[in-house]
Amino acid sequence: MIKHIKQYLWVIIFLAVSVISYFMGFNPGITIYTSFKSFLIEMITFIPLLFILIGLFDVWVPKETIEKYIGKESGTLGIILVIFLAMLQAGPLYGAFPVSYILYKKGTSIKNIFIYLGAFSSMKLPMLGIEIGYLGLKFTIFRTLISLPLFILIGFLMEKLVGKDFEVKEVNLKKEDKK
Amino acid sequence: MRLNLQESKLNMVNNILIFAIVTGIVLLASLILDRKKTLMGLKKGLKMFLGIVPPFLNILILVSVVLFFVSQDLIIKYLGPSSGVLGFFIAAIIGSITLIPGFISYPISAALIGNGASYAIVAVFMTTLMMVGVVTLPLEIKYFGKRAAIIRNILNFIAALIIGLCVGWLMQL
Repeated sequence: MIKHIKQYLWVIIFLAVSVISYFMGFNPGITIYTSFKSFLIEMITFIPLLFILIGLFDVWVPKETIEKYIGKESGTLGIILVIFLAMLQAGPLYGAFPVSYILYKKGTSIKNIFIYLGAFSSMKLPMLGIEIGYLGLKFTIFRTLISLPLFILIGFLMEKLVGKDFEVKEVNLKKEDKK
Repeated sequence: MRLNLQESKLNMVNNILIFAIVTGIVLLASLILDRKKTLMGLKKGLKMFLGIVPPFLNILILVSVVLFFVSQDLIIKYLGPSSGVLGFFIAAIIGSITLIPGFISYPISAALIGNGASYAIVAVFMTTLMMVGVVTLPLEIKYFGKRAAIIRNILNFIAALIIGLCVGWLMQL
């Protein structure tokens, strides 16, 4: 029980401060709470769906398949595949970390994990649509075309720099409890 | 300055809706094919989800607090047309530290352009927002380890500067 309280310590403090701000009419506190609420709504609508897909991906897609297509031995095709996978997704970058864990567990190469993160952060199709709406097609195309080779390069560099002892850890309750 | 947040939020709602429909179809197909396996997958997903709820909530709190101090008006003021080279670096740093969700960052960027800010500044701001995350670094370290997380952020920061400069230059042509 204490462990659980400890985990949610910041959340509890934050909510307490928000409630006090509300009753005291402390505007900064209320503003911060309002933006927290809008982020929270974004999170609780997106993230559970993401984890349904991650769970299903885990049980349905065999390790061999992933290893074959986007694993160590995969070449250009592997890179194209992870980029497409990332483009089909939505949500904030921190939502991609659990996905990289499951990709890593299934045997995705380090290079492809980081290429996935690059594509996830800058080439998600839903985001590109919004970007075109706000900043225009020209801007979006330029930004995407320049980003693409750079994050592929980052994938190669990451594999070189951290390759040997790199692993993606699962962040779960049990490990948190041990601390 | 009033940003068109309403419209932007509507876009997000559409995205979520599409995402929900896709997830629903996948889930249904999975259930039809193999109920047991599906339940197992859902359980795994739920377990992972519960694990990340506390760190995610902490991030959201941090982001909300940071966003209060780095308000939209402040960003538009400091990244305006006369901000020049310094503005470029301020944009890169603000973008790296904060984590502003798309439905806010796109209207801000559009407002910046409307106010006469350069495309280089907007490109570097958006790219660092998307690719570099100082606020989320503690969580990233939990997944990738300290070394990999820090190197990834540094490399992406450099890439963002290059992207900003190139896009700025191309848009001028």
